Amino acid sequence: MHEKSRFVIEASGLTKKFGSLTAVNNIELRVPEGVIYGFLGPNGSGKSTTIRMLCGLLSPTSGSVQVLGLRVPEDVEKLKQRIGYMTQRFSLYDDLSVIENLQFMGEIYALPRRMRKERIHELMVRFNLEERANQRAGTLSGGQKQRLALAAATIHDPKLLLLDEPTSAVDPQNRRDFWEMLFSMAEQGTTILVSTHYMDEAERCHRLAILDQGELVADGSPKELAAAIAVQVIEVSASEPNRARAALHKVPEIFSITQLGMQLRVLIPRHIHAAEQLVIQSLQVSGVEAHVRTVQANLEDVFVAVTEKHHEGRAA
Amino acid sequence: MKSLTRLFAIMHKELLQILRDRLTFGMIVGVPLLQLTLFGFAINTDVRNLRAGVADEANTSLSREMIADMSSSQVVDFQYQVGSPLELGQLLDAGLISVGLHIPPDFDRRVQQNAGQAAQLLVDGTDPVIQGVARQLMTIPVSFDSQASARSVPLLELRNFYNPERRSAINVVPGLIGVILTMTMVLFTGLAIVRERERGNLELLINTPIKRTELMLGKILPYVVIGLIQVTIILLLGRFLFQVPIRGSLLDVFIVVLVFIATNLSLGLLISTAAQTQFQAMQIAFFFFLPSILLSGFMFPFHGMPLPAQYLAEILPLTHFVRLIRGVMLRGADLNLMLTDILALLLFLGVTLTMATLRFSKRLD
Ligand SMILES: Nc1ncnc2c1ncn2[C@@H]1O[C@H](COP(=O)(O)OP(=O)(O)OP(=O)(O)O)[C@@H](O)[C@H]1O
Ligand SMILES: [Mg+2]
Repeated sequence: MHEKSRFVIEASGLTKKFGSLTAVNNIELRVPEGVIYGFLGPNGSGKSTTIRMLCGLLSPTSGSVQVLGLRVPEDVEKLKQRIGYMTQRFSLYDDLSVIENLQFMGEIYALPRRMRKERIHELMVRFNLEERANQRAGTLSGGQKQRLALAAATIHDPKLLLLDEPTSAVDPQNRRDFWEMLFSMAEQGTTILVSTHYMDEAERCHRLAILDQGELVADGSPKELAAAIAVQVIEVSASEPNRARAALHKVPEIFSITQLGMQLRVLIPRHIHAAEQLVIQSLQVSGVEAHVRTVQANLEDVFVAVTEKHHEGRAA
Repeated sequence: MKSLTRLFAIMHKELLQILRDRLTFGMIVGVPLLQLTLFGFAINTDVRNLRAGVADEANTSLSREMIADMSSSQVVDFQYQVGSPLELGQLLDAGLISVGLHIPPDFDRRVQQNAGQAAQLLVDGTDPVIQGVARQLMTIPVSFDSQASARSVPLLELRNFYNPERRSAINVVPGLIGVILTMTMVLFTGLAIVRERERGNLELLINTPIKRTELMLGKILPYVVIGLIQVTIILLLGRFLFQVPIRGSLLDVFIVVLVFIATNLSLGLLISTAAQTQFQAMQIAFFFFLPSILLSGFMFPFHGMPLPAQYLAEILPLTHFVRLIRGVMLRGADLNLMLTDILALLLFLGVTLTMATLRFSKRLD
């Protein structure tokens, strides 16, 4: 047997190929117990594929996975009672009502009859679904569906929850509520792995991994990632941001420029000295008036920095 | 215990879905009703009232008598009286009639002298049924040949030939049970798993502790009940609309039916593990359905088929079912005497169910 791991999820060299396409490439992953672990990545970066391999739905082309101390996919059947999975697409039954769906899942997980009733009631209260109990799932709104799906995925009180873009169809207010629920579950000891492409969600995770084109390009806590970022961030406030942008485009040292309203976020590699000065001079040469200051990197900067660099590395 | 809970969960869910899906529910009752009326009334091997024309160039009492006899058989309905065979040809070309009868001017002499054929039938050869009818109608002049004076003989012969009481419903209904079950049962389960795959339900389901056999059985069992309901509908309708008898024991009928239902359901499951979309499942089901109808002995006499077709037909469950059910219902045969056909069905059931369970994997790739 394997030595019992400190990590709830431990994957190494995890690779999945679909024909000639490498959807997930040589990923190393360690998820400690009781954390909310984020998967941040653009469309097609391999988030769903990785999650599917972690719960044994897809078999890896190569690499090894251990979840809750069990090998996947070999021992995956023993795992099913202990993990909850929420698919990216709503996958409960549209033609069953909210309560029928929950009853079905409760029976599938073979919860004892009395416990089942209590549990379903508890979940409907917690996820604010009581008023919808007899509504067909297919007619629920996006946010309601999401809550139902989460309720169903947690009905058997799993140790590990895998959530694939759980909030993609949810408004900001509901997203906050949803995350409150995740936090309270994490506090009770559930480990949660959640994929997203929202920065604000990624920011809330205890730890996160950034995926790009099937590769894990950075991981750590949001703070660590921002601190370890290999670029400096300079904020340019200008009355004519377009002209400022044009002026800065000519500067070869600048790594990327993102416009946010009247402001530009300029990323310059860390090894360039006096970056702020460089920006000020470039703007003066073109006669653009602007206020320039160096600011703290945020997660979005990290994301831009690691994915852009990754693409450069590929092109070279 | 846990296993039973899960099995019931699947069955319960499946039943709820069936009852809520109007199309499926409509099929359960609609298909038997439609098929039974279609085969019982419309698709009748006793052809009647074919539109016909006559060119009676003889116009003698003998010729008029023959026309009257043919009309009274109700096989043909002489809607057109014309003067020449040429006009008959035109009517046929225009599609206004399917059969034309030409009686030449020397009809009486030909009949009395046995000088070859006395009259001529012109037929729309594109329709095999009409061709068959014509071939049988042709016996009339021939009878005249041999018995020059007796005019009533051909009339009797004709009537018997066409079974004017339309008793073919009796032969059709038992086989029809098999056809309807093949059609609906294979399709229902054929779609059962594919539908979940298409709607994304399967990805969730295979991530639960559900076992393959629980899922398979849970998918099959509700449809067994539905199949039995369908059979009951057909038997009752057959009894009251067409006076189809059940000469063997009712228990035997239901034993045969039960085995056959299970066979088709597991075939459907097998299809559903192979198909990726509902449309594909329907295509495969249809691919199987067609030879079943054509080769099983339901449509055409089994022993009239060439040997290779007969061998092929032995693989089809419907072939065995048609034999069994006709035996039990129409001949009152003892099931013990038809064990080979029962065993053939059970073998088919075992093989397909095992294959379906083995093929179904709790993986996506
Ligand atoms: N079954 C499959 N067959 C072939 N290619 C696949 C399959 N599943 C995924 N892919 C490909 O693998 C890559 C990664 O897909 P994946 O679904 O993991 O991305 P994702 O990060 O979840 O994207 P999104 O944010 O859009 O959900 C994509 O290029 C996708 O086209
Ligand atoms: Mg995805």
